[in-house]
Amino acid sequence: MALDTAWAIDWVRRTAATIDDHRAELVTLDREIGDGDHGENLDRGFRAVLETVDGGSFDTPGAVFKAVATKLISTVGGAAGPLFGTAYLKAAQAAGDATELDADTLVAVLTAARDGVVSRGKAEVGDKTMVDAWSAAVDAATAAAAAGDGPERVLEAAADAAVTGAESTDPLVARKGRASYLGERAIGHRDPGAQSTAYILRAAVDAA
Amino acid sequence: MKKLINDPHDVVTETVRGFARAHEGHVVLVEDPIHLHRADAPVRGKVGIVSGGGSGHEPLHAGFIGHGMLDAAVPGPVFTSPTPDPIVAATKAVDGGAGVLHIVKNYTGDVLNFETAAELAELEDIRVESVVVDDDVAVQDSLYTAGRRGVAGTVVVEKCAGAAAERGDDLDAVAAVARRVNEVTRSMGVALGSGTVPHAGEPSFTLADDEVELGIGIHGEPGRERIPMAPADQLVDRVLEPVLADLDAPAGSQLLLLVNGMGGTPLSELYIVYRRAAEVLTDRGHHVARSVVGDYVTSLEMPGFSITVTVLDEELTALWDAPVETPALRWGR
Repeated sequence: MALDTAWAIDWVRRTAATIDDHRAELVTLDREIGDGDHGENLDRGFRAVLETVDGGSFDTPGAVFKAVATKLISTVGGAAGPLFGTAYLKAAQAAGDATELDADTLVAVLTAARDGVVSRGKAEVGDKTMVDAWSAAVDAATAAAAAGDGPERVLEAAADAAVTGAESTDPLVARKGRASYLGERAIGHRDPGAQSTAYILRAAVDAA
Repeated sequence: MKKLINDPHDVVTETVRGFARAHEGHVVLVEDPIHLHRADAPVRGKVGIVSGGGSGHEPLHAGFIGHGMLDAAVPGPVFTSPTPDPIVAATKAVDGGAGVLHIVKNYTGDVLNFETAAELAELEDIRVESVVVDDDVAVQDSLYTAGRRGVAGTVVVEKCAGAAAERGDDLDAVAAVARRVNEVTRSMGVALGSGTVPHAGEPSFTLADDEVELGIGIHGEPGRERIPMAPADQLVDRVLEPVLADLDAPAGSQLLLLVNGMGGTPLSELYIVYRRAAEVLTDRGHHVARSVVGDYVTSLEMPGFSITVTVLDEELTALWDAPVETPALRWGR
């Protein structure tokens, strides 16, 4: 299936479903090294997003991303709301008026999303945040596109790498967010935002 | 868990409804999106001051709405930052044409949501400046963390910035005062036990009967270390030591001393704490020029206290002494 508007809408549906499925797991991850509301906040956000997307009509993937961004920013709260909201907002800008994302546009969309998260949260790779998952995804997508892969393969490479990126946060000491107050006590715990990023990108593959 | 609540999900709404009713004619509650502002907002030509953050720290922030302090407050869910839309609504409600200052406690969620709100407000041609408060010395190594947290020093920042706005300073000047107060203010707290977030239903952390958490955060986040319970004077010494070391005030400084209750400590005990803190500061050759004792930045029903010290100069003393008329602080008017 092409990465068109119908795909973007299905991605939203699958994201809402997967976040709902993993809500308790994300809450637990966050309780261990944060304040325990990540699963709850994200679930509430994507439920609201789903209502908006189901009730609206969209001409481009970018228009869908923009609707997701606005809704996440106004419903999620905490740090995750502005971070994911910014990611989708920058993705919408990078997608522009394209009715279908080709490999290069997809790389541009993912890169813009990652850069948005970095500039909003001021975190770098290795700080034990969602940036670790986003950056791994962008690097893999860039390499796949350069090797001549089509958009679906590029997306799959990104989603696979996001899982590895999330796993890479396990041994780290956090340098941003509430986990940073724990110092070495954060070692051995996965960053909840990196984990949810991996779930969101997996949902994009499942929708394709 | 015994709490004076109804449905745990209605805690914030029911709190602000009661608050607005009790202070009718003084503050106005807007429920959608939720924020509170001065009854006479916007004050034409005056810089508007907006603060906010998770609920559970009452009287912070809504208790400081009024003449000489905040123009609006945005309460989030308990211990969770508000989203940008109510912050934008509050910003618009108090813009009297001179721009709006956001006073933000340094927590990632608060900073990101206020930053997003400031960008959205600027798209609507409201000039916004932001000042991040980070007075908590309990968090060390701040280059490699999200940085120091904003705790009870926020009250001093809000009071002095509010007075600067009231005397007619422009936005840059009010922001400069707020930053200056933050630079000369340090705090640290200690918890004897935990508070319970209403919808969680269980204490946020557990302490043994004979231990206390030194350097506790106002959401029950861990501090520097757990130490054995000790007489009040010894706990005060342990809290003041890092505050004074970090503040590095020259001998003979004029100080403001704020002994803050975290929600579950009797005022009598806070005065015992204050007595020792004032004694230590005086012994170090300083002069305790201004004092405040009471519950100002709480953590639900947490037993414990924090100590905040601000180094005053002539201007900051005048700003602190300037008239203020809010539900939680009022004098001189």
